[in-house]
This record gives sequence, C-alpha cells and structure tokens, in this order.
Amino acid sequence: MSKLDNDTLYTRLQERFGDIIRNPDLPYGLLTVETDKDHLIEVLEFLKRDEELQFIYLTDITAVHYPEKELSIAVVYHLHSFVNNLRIRLKVYIDGNSPQIASATILWKAANWMERETYDFFGVRFLGHPDLNRILNVDDMEVFPMRKEHPLEDPNRVDKKDYFFGR
Amino acid sequence: MKDIKLSQAPPGVEGAGFFATSLDKVIGLARANSLWPLPFATSCCGIEFMATMGSDYDLARFGAERPSFSPRQSDMLLVMGTIAKKMAPVLKQVYTQMAEPRWVIAVGACASSGGIFDTYSVLQGIDEIIPVDVYVPGCPPRPEAILDGIMQLQEIVKNESLNRRNTPEYKALLESYGIQTDNS
Repeated sequence: MSKLDNDTLYTRLQERFGDIIRNPDLPYGLLTVETDKDHLIEVLEFLKRDEELQFIYLTDITAVHYPEKELSIAVVYHLHSFVNNLRIRLKVYIDGNSPQIASATILWKAANWMERETYDFFGVRFLGHPDLNRILNVDDMEVFPMRKEHPLEDPNRVDKKDYFFGR
Repeated sequence: MKDIKLSQAPPGVEGAGFFATSLDKVIGLARANSLWPLPFATSCCGIEFMATMGSDYDLARFGAERPSFSPRQSDMLLVMGTIAKKMAPVLKQVYTQMAEPRWVIAVGACASSGGIFDTYSVLQGIDEIIPVDVYVPGCPPRPEAILDGIMQLQEIVKNESLNRRNTPEYKALLESYGIQTDNS
C-alpha cells in the first residue's frame, strides 16, 4: 500500500466535500484546512472512517482567540493517521460571542477531556458533550482565561506595583 | 564529645536547689526546641527542604527531628513551592486541621508572593489564605536560609505569650481569614 501524502489527502477531501474545505495551507509541512461548524462532524467522520485515510487518532483539540476577526474563535483539531504516518489540522471559525460547536465525543472518547479543556479556557460550548464542565481551573472561576480580553496576571499581586520601583 | 551546646536557660532566680522563672519562658523554650515540621512541598523549594532535613544541614539539631505528615501532630507548617489556586483549599484545610499552637513558614518566592508565576491560576502568596509567621526569600532558598527562617521562628515561639490562641488579636487575625476559632 502506497503511503498517503498531503496532495492526495487534499484531493480526496476536495473530491468528497468541495467548497466545504477551504484555505489549504502547509505550515511546517502540516496540511491545514478550514471547514465550517455545520459540516465538522461529517468531515471528521470521513477522515476517521475512510479506508485509505484512516485518521483514527485524535491528537488534540484546542482553540485560538482572534479578537480582531468577525468569527473570533478558531477551534482546532489535530488528527493523526498511523498507517499513513500523516497528520492533518482542521480549523473551524465560530462566533466568539456565543461559541458553540458539535462535540466530537461521538467519534472519539478522547475528545471528552480535550473539549472540557477547551471549554475551560475559551468558553466554547460543545453541543452533545456528556459532561461539559471545568477540568483544570478552579470550579468557581468566572472567566475563560485564555480569551484575550482577560489579563494574564492576577490582579491581587501587589509587589509589582510601579511605586515600589520608583516608576 | 566536646562543645555540646545546650539551650540557654531563661532569666530567673537561682539558688541552692531551686531555679525560679516564669512559666511562659519555660514553655516557650520547650516549644521552640521541639517544633515538629509539616512539610507541604509542591516544587523545587521542597527539594531544598529535603537537603535541610538531611545529614549535612540536619534540621534535627533544632528539635525538629520528626517531619510529621499528620497535621494533627505538627506545630510548624512549611509551605514550599507554588500554590495553585486549585491547591489553595487543600492547604487551608491542612492548616485548619493543625492543633494550636501552630506556626507557618512560607519558604521561597512562590509561597511568599507567587514568585515568577504572576498568572491567573496561581495564588499570589499563601498569606492570601492563611496567616504566615516567617517568610524565607529565595528561588529556591538554600538550606541555610531555611534554617535561618526556622531559627527566626524559634525566636518568635520563645517570646510569645503562652496563651496566644486565646488573645483577641489572634482570634481576629484567624477570623479575618475566615477560620473558625471558637470550637466550643
């Protein structure tokens, strides 16, 4: 069996989904494509179940906050095909004001904790997730700290105030 | 077997067959030289504390022979390392489980002020949740510094009132941290 490469993979996705797969890019040789949230599960399922592609391993789910963009949250999926020794990155841009996207837990059990982490830090609501609550931060935290509007520093810190340094 | 150093007797009246001093001083001396440590080590400062407990630096010289991993039977809580906000309730519970009299040493920059971890997930000094008696600076402090902190605490213990736990100041301090003081 010949190993899959990025070009063939992209062609296969184009044949199957056409316009739903957009903006292909190859940063550091990793095929990166965008799709939309209505077709996300369809695309993931195709990548996982297709006999040639076999992207059976969900490496990571995370998100990126781009406050300047109209759709300001990008949810990022990394998949790995063991038999082809190939990875793919899938990005979905969603509305930052009420970020909602379908849960991938129906395809991978591993998505459970990854989606909880993404919810914890970015506030993305994964619809259909069995137990979407905070996983790493304290339960009574009120913000989603990796969103850019929140300061990284703890406001209680006093010993870095300017007047201690004559500023 | 020379130069065995004994604790100095507190000031008092000495005569043939008797020695009179105040009870506060005697109890303070006894407490100061039998401070049982409760190490609460979360990162690199804990490694320095292991060296402090070891034979080279030998914390046992100061009467702290037995690190007590039960908060019920220890006097001196040593918090060594970064305390994440998620860890804060655990630390507070350990502190409230300790019996009076109890003292706290914040070892290192993280326990004292959050250190380099000026971030949303890290407690900016354990004195946000429990009262602290001695702060040891350093990142991490060397064993000598930890020993110095313990000797500073010994001075505090020697000189404080026998009945500190019942003073209104102390009760007010604990209550300002939301720690219940009246167990009756």
